[in-house]
Amino acid sequence: MYLTKEEEKMLSGEYGLAIQKAMQLLVAIGDIFEAEYLIDIESAQISGVSYNNIGDAGLEFLEEFSNLNAKVVVKSTLNPCGMDIDRWKEMGISREYYEKQMRIIRAFERMGVEISCTCTPYFVGNIPKQGSHIAWSESSAVVFANSVLNARTNREGGPSALASAIIGKTPYYGLHKDENRLPNFLVKIETDLRTSLDFSLLGYTIGRLIPSSIPYIYGIKHYDIDKLKAISAALATSGGISMFHFKGKIRDKLERLSIDKKELEISKEMLSKNNEPDLICIGCPHCSYDEILYLAKAIKGKKLKKDYGLWIWTSKGVFQRANKYVKIIENAGCKVFRDTCMVVYPINLSGYKHMASNSCKAVSYVASVSGLKTSLIELSDVFSKFFE
Amino acid sequence: MEFIYKGRGISKFIGEGEAIISKKPFSFFGGIDPKTGIIIDRNHDLYGESIVGKVFIFPKGKGSTVGSYIIYQLKKNKKHPNAIINIESEPIIAIGCIIAEIPLVDKLEVNPISNINNGDYLIVDGINGIVRRIIK
Repeated sequence: MYLTKEEEKMLSGEYGLAIQKAMQLLVAIGDIFEAEYLIDIESAQISGVSYNNIGDAGLEFLEEFSNLNAKVVVKSTLNPCGMDIDRWKEMGISREYYEKQMRIIRAFERMGVEISCTCTPYFVGNIPKQGSHIAWSESSAVVFANSVLNARTNREGGPSALASAIIGKTPYYGLHKDENRLPNFLVKIETDLRTSLDFSLLGYTIGRLIPSSIPYIYGIKHYDIDKLKAISAALATSGGISMFHFKGKIRDKLERLSIDKKELEISKEMLSKNNEPDLICIGCPHCSYDEILYLAKAIKGKKLKKDYGLWIWTSKGVFQRANKYVKIIENAGCKVFRDTCMVVYPINLSGYKHMASNSCKAVSYVASVSGLKTSLIELSDVFSKFFE
Repeated sequence: MEFIYKGRGISKFIGEGEAIISKKPFSFFGGIDPKTGIIIDRNHDLYGESIVGKVFIFPKGKGSTVGSYIIYQLKKNKKHPNAIINIESEPIIAIGCIIAEIPLVDKLEVNPISNINNGDYLIVDGINGIVRRIIK
Protein backbone atom coordinates (compact mmCIF):
# COMPACT_ATOMS: atom_id res chain seq x y z
CA MET A 1 0.00 0.00 0.00
CA TYR A 2 1.28 3.49 -0.87
CA LEU A 3 1.89 5.75 2.13
CA THR A 4 2.52 9.50 2.10
CA LYS A 5 5.64 10.84 3.85
CA GLU A 6 3.48 11.87 6.79
CA GLU A 7 1.93 8.41 7.03
CA GLU A 8 5.40 6.84 6.86
CA LYS A 9 6.41 8.98 9.85
CA MET A 10 3.35 7.80 11.76
CA LEU A 11 4.24 4.19 10.98
CA SER A 12 7.86 4.62 12.04
CA GLY A 13 6.84 5.87 15.46
CA GLU A 14 7.76 9.55 15.14
CA TYR A 15 4.38 10.54 16.60
CA GLY A 16 4.44 8.04 19.42
CA LEU A 17 3.44 4.49 20.10
CA ALA A 18 -0.35 4.86 19.92
CA ILE A 19 -0.29 6.37 16.43
CA GLN A 20 2.32 3.83 15.33
CA LYS A 21 0.18 0.93 16.55
CA ALA A 22 -2.97 2.32 14.91
CA MET A 23 -1.07 2.84 11.66
CA GLN A 24 0.33 -0.70 11.77
CA LEU A 25 -3.25 -2.03 11.99
CA LEU A 26 -4.43 0.02 9.02
CA VAL A 27 -1.41 -0.97 6.93
CA ALA A 28 -1.95 -4.67 7.69
CA ILE A 29 -5.62 -4.47 6.73
CA GLY A 30 -4.74 -2.48 3.63
CA ASP A 31 -2.18 -5.14 2.64
CA ILE A 32 -4.61 -8.01 3.26
CA PHE A 33 -7.27 -6.43 1.04
CA GLU A 34 -4.76 -5.00 -1.45
CA ALA A 35 -5.81 -1.39 -0.90
CA GLU A 36 -3.83 1.15 -2.91
CA TYR A 37 -3.71 3.87 -0.27
CA LEU A 38 -5.47 5.40 2.75
CA ILE A 39 -8.35 7.87 2.47
CA ASP A 40 -9.67 10.45 4.95
CA ILE A 41 -12.75 9.54 6.94
CA GLU A 42 -15.46 11.76 8.35
CA SER A 43 -16.45 9.66 11.35
CA ALA A 44 -16.04 6.37 13.17
CA GLN A 45 -18.46 4.11 15.04
CA ILE A 46 -16.62 1.79 17.41
CA SER A 47 -17.90 -1.62 18.55
CA GLY A 48 -16.44 -4.02 21.10
CA VAL A 49 -17.60 -2.14 24.20
CA SER A 50 -19.58 -4.59 26.32
CA TYR A 51 -17.57 -6.21 29.11
CA ASN A 52 -19.79 -9.25 28.56
CA ASN A 53 -18.34 -9.60 25.04
CA ILE A 54 -14.73 -8.40 25.18
CA GLY A 55 -13.98 -9.55 28.74
CA ASP A 56 -10.73 -8.93 30.58
CA ALA A 57 -8.80 -9.30 27.31
CA GLY A 58 -10.49 -6.31 25.69
CA LEU A 59 -10.46 -4.30 28.91
CA GLU A 60 -6.69 -4.75 29.29
CA PHE A 61 -6.00 -3.75 25.71
CA LEU A 62 -8.24 -0.67 25.70
CA GLU A 63 -6.93 0.55 29.04
CA GLU A 64 -3.30 0.18 28.05
CA PHE A 65 -3.89 1.66 24.61
CA SER A 66 -5.63 4.70 26.10
CA ASN A 67 -2.71 5.10 28.52
CA LEU A 68 -0.44 5.62 25.50
CA ASN A 69 -2.33 8.90 24.99
CA ALA A 70 -4.20 7.65 21.96
CA LYS A 71 -6.70 10.32 20.79
CA VAL A 72 -9.32 10.16 18.08
CA VAL A 73 -9.11 12.88 15.41
CA VAL A 74 -12.59 12.50 13.84
CA LYS A 75 -16.10 12.35 15.28
CA SER A 76 -16.26 8.98 16.99
CA THR A 77 -19.25 7.35 18.61
CA LEU A 78 -19.53 4.19 20.67
CA ASN A 79 -21.59 1.01 20.39
CA PRO A 80 -23.77 -0.19 23.28
CA CYS A 81 -21.99 -1.39 26.41
CA GLY A 82 -23.04 -4.28 28.64
CA MET A 83 -25.40 -2.46 31.04
CA ASP A 84 -27.49 0.67 31.60
CA ILE A 85 -24.85 2.98 33.09
CA ASP A 86 -27.32 4.35 35.68
CA ARG A 87 -29.70 1.43 36.28
CA TRP A 88 -27.26 -1.51 36.26
CA LYS A 89 -28.39 -2.75 39.68
CA GLU A 90 -31.94 -3.30 38.42
CA MET A 91 -30.50 -5.51 35.70
CA GLY A 92 -28.83 -7.92 38.11
CA ILE A 93 -25.31 -6.69 37.28
CA SER A 94 -22.66 -7.29 39.97
CA ARG A 95 -20.45 -4.51 41.28
CA GLU A 96 -17.34 -6.18 39.83
CA TYR A 97 -18.90 -6.28 36.36
CA TYR A 98 -20.05 -2.67 36.75
CA GLU A 99 -16.57 -1.50 37.67
CA LYS A 100 -14.91 -3.32 34.79
CA GLN A 101 -17.49 -1.99 32.34
CA MET A 102 -16.86 1.54 33.61
CA ARG A 103 -13.09 1.08 33.12
CA ILE A 104 -13.78 0.23 29.47
CA ILE A 105 -16.04 3.29 29.11
CA ARG A 106 -13.47 5.56 30.73
CA ALA A 107 -10.72 4.22 28.43
CA PHE A 108 -12.82 5.21 25.40
CA GLU A 109 -13.63 8.55 27.01
CA ARG A 110 -9.92 9.31 27.54
CA MET A 111 -9.37 8.64 23.84
CA GLY A 112 -12.00 11.25 22.97
CA VAL A 113 -14.77 8.89 21.90
CA GLU A 114 -18.33 10.10 22.61
CA ILE A 115 -19.94 7.79 25.14
CA SER A 116 -23.06 7.51 23.00
CA CYS A 117 -23.42 3.76 23.67
CA THR A 118 -25.80 3.07 20.82
CA CYS A 119 -25.95 1.01 17.63
CA THR A 120 -27.92 3.88 16.02
CA PRO A 121 -25.34 6.69 15.96
CA TYR A 122 -27.41 8.35 13.21
CA PHE A 123 -30.13 9.11 15.80
CA VAL A 124 -27.70 10.90 18.12
CA GLY A 125 -25.78 13.21 15.84
CA ASN A 126 -23.30 11.02 13.95
CA ILE A 127 -24.84 11.61 10.53
CA PRO A 128 -22.24 11.39 7.78
CA LYS A 129 -22.66 13.47 4.62
CA GLN A 130 -23.78 11.72 1.44
CA GLY A 131 -20.83 10.16 -0.32
CA SER A 132 -18.47 10.61 2.62
CA HIS A 133 -16.05 7.90 3.69
CA ILE A 134 -16.45 6.58 7.22
CA ALA A 135 -15.10 3.67 9.27
CA TRP A 136 -17.97 2.07 11.12
CA SER A 137 -18.18 -1.20 12.96
CA GLU A 138 -21.57 -2.48 14.20
CA SER A 139 -22.98 -4.39 11.27
CA SER A 140 -26.52 -2.94 11.34
CA ALA A 141 -25.18 0.62 11.28
CA VAL A 142 -22.80 -0.31 8.45
CA VAL A 143 -25.69 -1.47 6.26
CA PHE A 144 -27.79 1.57 7.21
CA ALA A 145 -24.94 4.00 6.50
CA ASN A 146 -24.14 2.50 3.09
CA SER A 147 -27.74 2.02 1.98
CA VAL A 148 -29.83 4.76 3.57
CA LEU A 149 -27.36 7.55 4.36
CA ASN A 150 -25.29 6.94 1.20
CA ALA A 151 -22.04 7.12 3.12
CA ARG A 152 -19.26 4.60 2.44
CA THR A 153 -17.89 2.08 4.87
CA ASN A 154 -16.62 -1.46 4.99
CA ARG A 155 -17.77 -3.71 7.79
CA GLU A 156 -15.06 -2.82 10.32
CA GLY A 157 -14.25 -4.59 13.57
CA GLY A 158 -13.83 -2.71 16.87
CA PRO A 159 -10.02 -2.36 16.77
CA SER A 160 -9.88 -1.34 13.09
CA ALA A 161 -12.59 1.32 13.58
CA LEU A 162 -10.65 2.62 16.60
CA ALA A 163 -7.39 2.68 14.63
CA SER A 164 -9.15 4.61 11.84
CA ALA A 165 -10.56 7.09 14.37
CA ILE A 166 -7.05 7.72 15.72
CA ILE A 167 -5.42 8.17 12.31
CA GLY A 168 -8.50 9.74 10.64
CA LYS A 169 -8.12 7.42 7.65
CA THR A 170 -9.07 4.00 6.37
CA PRO A 171 -7.65 1.76 3.61
CA TYR A 172 -9.29 2.49 0.26
CA TYR A 173 -10.87 -0.81 -0.85
CA GLY A 174 -14.21 -2.61 -0.88
CA LEU A 175 -17.31 -0.46 -0.41
CA HIS A 176 -15.31 2.77 -0.50
CA LYS A 177 -14.97 2.29 -4.26
CA ASP A 178 -17.82 3.07 -6.68
CA GLU A 179 -17.41 -0.12 -8.69
CA ASN A 180 -17.92 -2.32 -5.61
CA ARG A 181 -21.19 -0.65 -4.60
CA LEU A 182 -23.36 -1.71 -7.50
CA PRO A 183 -26.26 -4.12 -6.93
CA ASN A 184 -25.65 -7.69 -8.09
CA PHE A 185 -29.06 -9.25 -7.30
CA LEU A 186 -32.60 -8.10 -7.96
CA VAL A 187 -34.89 -9.16 -5.13
CA LYS A 188 -38.55 -8.84 -6.00
CA ILE A 189 -40.95 -8.62 -3.08
CA GLU A 190 -44.21 -10.43 -3.70
CA THR A 191 -45.89 -9.89 -0.38
CA ASP A 192 -47.22 -6.92 1.51
CA LEU A 193 -44.85 -5.73 4.24
CA ARG A 194 -46.35 -3.64 7.02
CA THR A 195 -44.68 -4.07 10.40
CA SER A 196 -41.13 -3.84 11.67
CA LEU A 197 -41.17 -7.61 12.03
CA ASP A 198 -42.13 -8.00 8.34
CA PHE A 199 -39.18 -5.85 7.31
CA SER A 200 -36.84 -7.65 9.68
CA LEU A 201 -37.96 -11.01 8.27
CA LEU A 202 -37.37 -9.71 4.76
CA GLY A 203 -33.79 -8.73 5.61
CA TYR A 204 -33.15 -12.03 7.37
CA THR A 205 -34.57 -14.01 4.45
CA ILE A 206 -32.45 -12.18 1.87
CA GLY A 207 -29.33 -12.73 3.98
CA ARG A 208 -30.21 -16.39 4.33
CA LEU A 209 -30.76 -16.95 0.59
CA ILE A 210 -28.02 -14.73 -0.91
CA PRO A 211 -25.57 -14.13 1.97
CA SER A 212 -22.80 -12.29 0.17
CA SER A 213 -24.70 -10.07 -2.23
CA ILE A 214 -25.54 -6.41 -2.71
CA PRO A 215 -29.29 -6.78 -3.30
CA TYR A 216 -31.55 -4.31 -5.05
CA ILE A 217 -34.80 -4.74 -3.13
CA TYR A 218 -37.64 -3.97 -5.48
CA GLY A 219 -41.30 -3.53 -4.55
CA ILE A 220 -41.21 -2.43 -0.92
CA LYS A 221 -43.85 0.12 0.03
CA HIS A 222 -44.83 1.74 3.32
CA TYR A 223 -41.23 2.07 4.46
CA ASP A 224 -39.77 4.68 6.76
CA ILE A 225 -36.42 5.15 8.53
CA ASP A 226 -37.35 2.63 11.22
CA LYS A 227 -38.30 -0.07 8.72
CA LEU A 228 -35.05 0.50 6.82
CA LYS A 229 -33.22 0.17 10.13
CA ALA A 230 -34.97 -3.17 10.69
CA ILE A 231 -33.97 -4.50 7.25
CA SER A 232 -30.38 -3.31 7.75
CA ALA A 233 -29.93 -5.20 11.01
CA ALA A 234 -31.42 -8.43 9.70
CA LEU A 235 -29.46 -8.44 6.41
CA ALA A 236 -26.22 -8.38 8.38
CA THR A 237 -27.39 -11.09 10.80
CA SER A 238 -28.08 -13.99 8.46
CA GLY A 239 -25.63 -12.92 5.78
CA GLY A 240 -22.45 -10.95 5.34
CA ILE A 241 -24.39 -8.25 3.55
CA SER A 242 -23.06 -4.72 4.07
CA MET A 243 -25.22 -2.79 1.63
CA PHE A 244 -28.53 -2.88 -0.25
CA HIS A 245 -30.35 -0.68 -2.74
CA PHE A 246 -34.06 0.14 -2.69
CA LYS A 247 -34.45 3.07 -5.07
CA GLY A 248 -32.89 4.55 -8.19
CA LYS A 249 -32.39 3.11 -11.65
CA ILE A 250 -30.99 -0.34 -12.30
CA ARG A 251 -28.44 -0.24 -15.09
CA ASP A 252 -27.43 -3.85 -15.57
CA LYS A 253 -29.36 -7.05 -16.00
CA LEU A 254 -29.18 -8.78 -12.65
CA GLU A 255 -29.76 -12.25 -11.28
CA ARG A 256 -33.25 -12.41 -9.81
CA LEU A 257 -34.83 -13.72 -6.66
CA SER A 258 -38.50 -13.53 -5.65
CA ILE A 259 -39.55 -13.50 -2.03
CA ASP A 260 -43.12 -14.32 -1.06
CA LYS A 261 -44.91 -14.74 2.23
CA LYS A 262 -43.94 -18.42 2.42
CA GLU A 263 -40.20 -17.63 2.43
CA LEU A 264 -40.75 -15.16 5.28
CA GLU A 265 -42.69 -17.81 7.21
CA ILE A 266 -39.76 -20.24 6.84
CA SER A 267 -37.44 -17.66 8.42
CA LYS A 268 -39.95 -17.03 11.19
CA GLU A 269 -40.13 -20.73 12.03
CA MET A 270 -36.35 -21.05 12.02
CA LEU A 271 -36.11 -18.35 14.69
CA SER A 272 -39.01 -19.38 16.93
CA LYS A 273 -39.09 -22.02 19.65
CA ASN A 274 -42.40 -23.37 20.90
CA ASN A 275 -42.74 -21.99 24.33
CA GLU A 276 -44.42 -19.07 26.01
CA PRO A 277 -42.26 -15.95 26.19
CA ASP A 278 -42.06 -14.19 29.56
CA LEU A 279 -39.80 -11.33 28.42
CA ILE A 280 -40.51 -9.11 25.43
CA CYS A 281 -37.59 -7.04 24.14
CA ILE A 282 -38.05 -4.17 21.69
CA GLY A 283 -35.27 -2.02 20.33
CA CYS A 284 -32.83 -3.98 18.16
CA PRO A 285 -31.45 -1.76 16.69
CA HIS A 286 -32.10 0.83 19.43
CA CYS A 287 -35.55 2.45 19.33
CA SER A 288 -35.93 5.78 17.58
CA TYR A 289 -37.92 8.69 19.02
CA ASP A 290 -40.85 7.73 16.78
CA GLU A 291 -40.79 4.14 17.99
CA ILE A 292 -40.84 5.23 21.65
CA LEU A 293 -43.76 7.55 20.84
CA TYR A 294 -45.62 4.73 19.08
CA LEU A 295 -45.11 2.34 21.99
CA ALA A 296 -46.24 4.96 24.51
CA LYS A 297 -49.44 5.64 22.58
CA ALA A 298 -50.20 1.93 22.26
CA ILE A 299 -49.85 1.07 25.95
CA LYS A 300 -50.95 4.32 27.60
CA GLY A 301 -53.33 3.55 30.45
CA LYS A 302 -52.76 -0.23 30.24
CA LYS A 303 -50.88 -2.39 32.71
CA LEU A 304 -48.36 -5.12 31.90
CA LYS A 305 -49.54 -8.49 33.27
CA LYS A 306 -47.81 -9.83 36.37
CA ASP A 307 -44.80 -12.13 35.85
CA TYR A 308 -44.01 -10.70 32.42
CA GLY A 309 -41.33 -8.22 31.41
CA LEU A 310 -41.35 -5.74 28.56
CA TRP A 311 -37.92 -4.22 28.18
CA ILE A 312 -37.30 -1.48 25.65
CA TRP A 313 -33.79 -0.57 24.55
CA THR A 314 -32.66 2.82 23.29
CA SER A 315 -29.86 5.37 23.39
CA LYS A 316 -29.64 7.93 26.16
CA GLY A 317 -29.94 10.61 23.47
CA VAL A 318 -33.37 9.38 22.38
CA PHE A 319 -34.34 8.58 25.97
CA GLN A 320 -33.82 12.19 27.01
CA ARG A 321 -35.73 13.62 24.06
CA ALA A 322 -38.62 11.20 24.54
CA ASN A 323 -38.66 11.52 28.31
CA LYS A 324 -42.39 12.14 28.72
CA TYR A 325 -43.22 9.05 26.61
CA VAL A 326 -40.66 6.99 28.53
CA LYS A 327 -42.62 7.84 31.69
CA ILE A 328 -45.88 6.63 30.13
CA ILE A 329 -44.21 3.35 29.16
CA GLU A 330 -42.70 2.84 32.60
CA ASN A 331 -46.02 3.66 34.28
CA ALA A 332 -47.48 0.71 32.38
CA GLY A 333 -45.00 -1.58 34.12
CA CYS A 334 -42.40 -1.75 31.35
CA LYS A 335 -38.72 -0.77 31.53
CA VAL A 336 -36.79 1.48 29.19
CA PHE A 337 -33.05 0.88 29.36
CA ARG A 338 -30.28 2.96 27.80
CA ASP A 339 -26.67 2.34 26.74
CA THR A 340 -27.10 -1.40 26.21
CA CYS A 341 -29.33 -4.02 24.59
CA MET A 342 -30.62 -7.59 24.84
CA VAL A 343 -27.68 -8.86 22.78
CA VAL A 344 -24.68 -7.34 24.59
CA TYR A 345 -26.11 -7.32 28.14
CA PRO A 346 -25.85 -10.75 29.87
CA ILE A 347 -29.58 -11.35 29.51
CA ASN A 348 -29.54 -14.54 31.57
CA LEU A 349 -29.25 -12.15 34.54
CA SER A 350 -32.74 -10.84 33.77
CA GLY A 351 -34.30 -13.84 35.51
CA TYR A 352 -36.58 -14.58 32.55
CA LYS A 353 -36.61 -17.83 30.58
CA HIS A 354 -37.88 -17.01 27.12
CA MET A 355 -37.29 -13.78 25.21
CA ALA A 356 -39.44 -12.72 22.30
CA SER A 357 -38.69 -9.78 20.04
CA ASN A 358 -39.84 -8.24 16.77
CA SER A 359 -36.19 -8.21 15.60
CA CYS A 360 -34.56 -11.18 13.85
CA LYS A 361 -31.14 -9.90 14.89
CA ALA A 362 -32.11 -9.86 18.57
CA VAL A 363 -33.60 -13.33 18.43
CA SER A 364 -30.75 -14.84 16.43
CA TYR A 365 -27.99 -13.53 18.73
CA VAL A 366 -29.77 -14.03 22.05
CA ALA A 367 -30.44 -17.64 21.00
CA SER A 368 -26.75 -18.25 20.34
CA VAL A 369 -25.15 -16.38 23.26
CA SER A 370 -27.55 -16.87 26.16
CA GLY A 371 -29.36 -19.80 27.71
CA LEU A 372 -32.77 -18.26 27.00
CA LYS A 373 -35.35 -19.67 24.63
CA THR A 374 -36.30 -17.23 21.91
CA SER A 375 -39.04 -16.44 19.42
CA LEU A 376 -40.33 -13.71 17.16
CA ILE A 377 -43.44 -11.73 18.04
CA GLU A 378 -45.56 -9.01 16.43
CA LEU A 379 -46.06 -5.82 18.43
CA SER A 380 -49.85 -6.12 17.99
CA ASP A 381 -49.70 -9.50 19.78
CA VAL A 382 -47.63 -7.95 22.55
CA PHE A 383 -50.27 -5.25 23.11
CA SER A 384 -53.20 -7.69 23.05
CA LYS A 385 -51.73 -10.59 25.05
CA PHE A 386 -49.43 -9.10 27.65
CA PHE A 387 -51.45 -6.15 28.93
CA GLU A 388 -54.63 -5.82 30.90
CA MET B 1 20.48 -27.45 6.32
CA GLU B 2 17.68 -24.98 5.99
CA PHE B 3 14.79 -24.21 3.68
CA ILE B 4 13.71 -20.63 3.05
CA TYR B 5 10.09 -19.89 2.19
CA LYS B 6 9.11 -16.43 0.99
CA GLY B 7 5.74 -14.97 1.90
CA ARG B 8 4.09 -11.79 3.06
CA GLY B 9 4.90 -10.18 6.40
CA ILE B 10 1.70 -8.94 8.04
CA SER B 11 2.83 -8.38 11.63
CA LYS B 12 6.36 -7.11 11.42
CA PHE B 13 8.19 -8.82 14.25
CA ILE B 14 10.58 -11.79 14.47
CA GLY B 15 10.13 -15.00 16.46
CA GLU B 16 11.10 -18.66 16.45
CA GLY B 17 10.07 -22.03 17.80
CA GLU B 18 8.82 -25.50 16.95
CA ALA B 19 5.95 -25.80 14.50
CA ILE B 20 2.51 -26.90 15.67
CA ILE B 21 0.16 -27.39 12.76
CA SER B 22 -3.62 -27.41 12.38
CA LYS B 23 -5.60 -27.99 9.21
CA LYS B 24 -8.63 -26.08 10.53
CA PRO B 25 -9.54 -22.37 10.58
CA PHE B 26 -9.14 -21.14 14.15
CA SER B 27 -11.03 -18.83 16.47
CA PHE B 28 -8.94 -17.59 19.39
CA PHE B 29 -12.20 -16.53 21.09
CA GLY B 30 -13.56 -19.76 22.56
CA GLY B 31 -10.75 -21.74 20.93
CA ILE B 32 -8.00 -21.25 23.50
CA ASP B 33 -7.67 -20.63 27.22
CA PRO B 34 -5.86 -17.27 27.51
CA LYS B 35 -4.56 -18.24 30.96
CA THR B 36 -2.79 -21.43 29.80
CA GLY B 37 -2.35 -21.24 26.02
CA ILE B 38 -4.04 -24.64 25.68
CA ILE B 39 -6.59 -25.28 22.93
CA ILE B 40 -10.03 -25.85 24.45
CA ASP B 41 -12.23 -26.17 21.35
CA ARG B 42 -13.33 -29.82 21.46
CA ASN B 43 -13.91 -29.91 17.72
CA HIS B 44 -10.37 -28.76 16.97
CA ASP B 45 -7.65 -31.13 15.74
CA LEU B 46 -5.24 -29.74 18.37
CA TYR B 47 -7.69 -30.01 21.29
CA GLY B 48 -5.76 -30.21 24.56
CA GLU B 49 -2.43 -29.13 23.04
CA SER B 50 -0.39 -26.09 24.07
CA ILE B 51 0.79 -23.48 21.57
CA VAL B 52 2.94 -21.64 24.12
CA GLY B 53 6.34 -20.73 22.68
CA LYS B 54 5.59 -22.46 19.38
CA VAL B 55 5.05 -21.36 15.80
CA PHE B 56 1.33 -21.89 15.30
CA ILE B 57 0.40 -22.76 11.71
CA PHE B 58 -3.25 -22.83 10.58
CA PRO B 59 -5.12 -21.88 7.40
CA LYS B 60 -6.84 -18.69 8.56
CA GLY B 61 -8.76 -17.07 11.39
CA LYS B 62 -12.49 -17.26 11.95
CA GLY B 63 -15.15 -16.25 14.48
CA SER B 64 -15.61 -13.26 16.74
CA THR B 65 -13.44 -10.16 16.46
CA VAL B 66 -12.84 -10.52 20.21
CA GLY B 67 -10.25 -13.09 19.07
CA SER B 68 -7.83 -10.19 18.48
CA TYR B 69 -7.99 -9.28 22.17
CA ILE B 70 -7.49 -12.91 23.21
CA ILE B 71 -4.17 -12.97 21.30
CA TYR B 72 -3.20 -9.80 23.20
CA GLN B 73 -4.18 -11.44 26.49
CA LEU B 74 -2.09 -14.56 25.71
CA LYS B 75 0.90 -12.25 25.29
CA LYS B 76 0.21 -10.43 28.56
CA ASN B 77 -0.01 -13.80 30.31
CA LYS B 78 3.20 -14.97 28.57
CA LYS B 79 1.27 -17.93 27.10
CA HIS B 80 1.51 -16.78 23.50
CA PRO B 81 2.82 -18.54 20.41
CA ASN B 82 6.18 -17.11 19.31
CA ALA B 83 4.88 -16.65 15.77
CA ILE B 84 1.88 -17.44 13.57
CA ILE B 85 1.83 -18.59 9.95
CA ASN B 86 -1.44 -18.61 7.97
CA ILE B 87 -2.19 -19.74 4.46
CA GLU B 88 -4.06 -16.44 4.14
CA SER B 89 -4.59 -14.06 7.06
CA GLU B 90 -7.73 -12.09 7.78
CA PRO B 91 -8.12 -9.00 10.01
CA ILE B 92 -8.91 -10.75 13.33
CA ILE B 93 -5.58 -12.62 13.46
CA ALA B 94 -3.66 -9.73 11.85
CA ILE B 95 -4.91 -7.18 14.40
CA GLY B 96 -4.35 -9.57 17.30
CA CYS B 97 -0.75 -10.23 16.24
CA ILE B 98 0.06 -6.55 15.75
CA ILE B 99 -1.30 -5.40 19.11
CA ALA B 100 0.43 -8.37 20.81
CA GLU B 101 3.66 -7.87 18.80
CA ILE B 102 3.70 -11.47 17.57
CA PRO B 103 5.13 -12.06 14.07
CA LEU B 104 2.60 -13.10 11.42
CA VAL B 105 3.46 -14.27 7.91
CA ASP B 106 1.04 -15.54 5.25
CA LYS B 107 0.91 -16.45 1.55
CA LEU B 108 4.10 -18.56 1.59
CA GLU B 109 5.25 -19.82 -1.78
CA VAL B 110 4.56 -23.38 -0.53
CA ASN B 111 1.59 -24.62 1.49
CA PRO B 112 2.93 -24.52 5.07
CA ILE B 113 0.48 -27.18 6.24
CA SER B 114 1.77 -29.84 3.85
CA ASN B 115 5.42 -28.72 3.59
CA ILE B 116 6.21 -28.18 7.27
CA ASN B 117 6.05 -30.92 9.91
CA ASN B 118 5.01 -30.70 13.53
CA GLY B 119 8.15 -30.09 15.57
CA ASP B 120 10.21 -28.53 12.74
CA TYR B 121 12.23 -25.58 14.01
CA LEU B 122 11.16 -22.34 12.32
CA ILE B 123 12.41 -18.77 12.33
CA VAL B 124 9.61 -16.42 11.31
CA ASP B 125 10.67 -13.00 10.04
CA GLY B 126 7.55 -10.85 9.77
CA ILE B 127 9.59 -7.82 8.70
CA ASN B 128 10.80 -9.41 5.47
CA GLY B 129 8.00 -11.97 5.14
CA ILE B 130 10.36 -14.95 5.32
CA VAL B 131 10.16 -18.30 7.12
CA ARG B 132 13.37 -20.32 7.65
CA ARG B 133 12.97 -24.02 8.38
CA ILE B 134 16.04 -25.46 10.11
CA ILE B 135 16.81 -29.16 9.62
CA LYS B 136 19.28 -30.45 12.19
